Amino acid sequence: MIVSNMEIIPGKHIKEHLGLVQGSTVRTKHVGRDILASLKNVFGGELRGYTELLHESREEAVSRMKQQAEAIGANAVLNVRFSTSSVTQGAAELFAYGTAVIME
Amino acid sequence: MSDLIVLAALLALGYFFGRYYEKKHYKSIIKREAEYRHIAAIASRIPPVSPTPLTSMLVTGSVVISVDYFKRFLASLRSVIGGKVVCYETLLDRARREAILRMKARANDSGADRIFNIKLETASISKNARGNIGSVEVLAYGTAFIPVDVPVKPQESSS
Repeated sequence: MIVSNMEIIPGKHIKEHLGLVQGSTVRTKHVGRDILASLKNVFGGELRGYTELLHESREEAVSRMKQQAEAIGANAVLNVRFSTSSVTQGAAELFAYGTAVIME
Repeated sequence: MSDLIVLAALLALGYFFGRYYEKKHYKSIIKREAEYRHIAAIASRIPPVSPTPLTSMLVTGSVVISVDYFKRFLASLRSVIGGKVVCYETLLDRARREAILRMKARANDSGADRIFNIKLETASISKNARGNIGSVEVLAYGTAFIPVDVPVKPQESSS
């Protein structure tokens, strides 16, 4: 499965277009992390816990998108975009979407 | 009175630690930017035609950075008179450069030499009750091209 945020892949052409596929996940960290993060808000600097959380959730969103693409028989997802939004304090929604295609 | 002491302590902590982290971070950013300069990061949508075979891969890099108490205080003062909020500018600058560096590091690990169609996404997470920005997340993503190591005969199979 090729996942790319470009509209074309050099040297390959698109045989069939299958439409939009998407994957999303909402995640939160445990309270300890939130407390640490609020302490970090005084000192400044990177919030490693949150970086990790968002990274994990993004992987999850991409893998759900891939599953959906596989289910409709695609072998590549092109023009992938990400978007992030914070739902409540400490919880984030990660959303990935792209165009499922069959390439040869 | 005790409130004032707490505020002063928080401001002092924020000022010294914030400055220390920012200096350290900028130093590391500059060092790593030199290290990864060989990976071309290009924002163009369509890649030029490549004579050699390539494989592609989606690479991402993200970072969450928090602003310190002193800067947040400064910014809230600044919003009274208006104008340029320098302390948030450096925060976002650091976050963007760090995200791009992490994306490049990931591309480097998989042997890519260029990244196309780079997009940057910024989200402010964990806003407090007054609506001040607590921390920002920056995500950088793009398509990394990895040269395939198979020895190809020039201009035979490809044309």
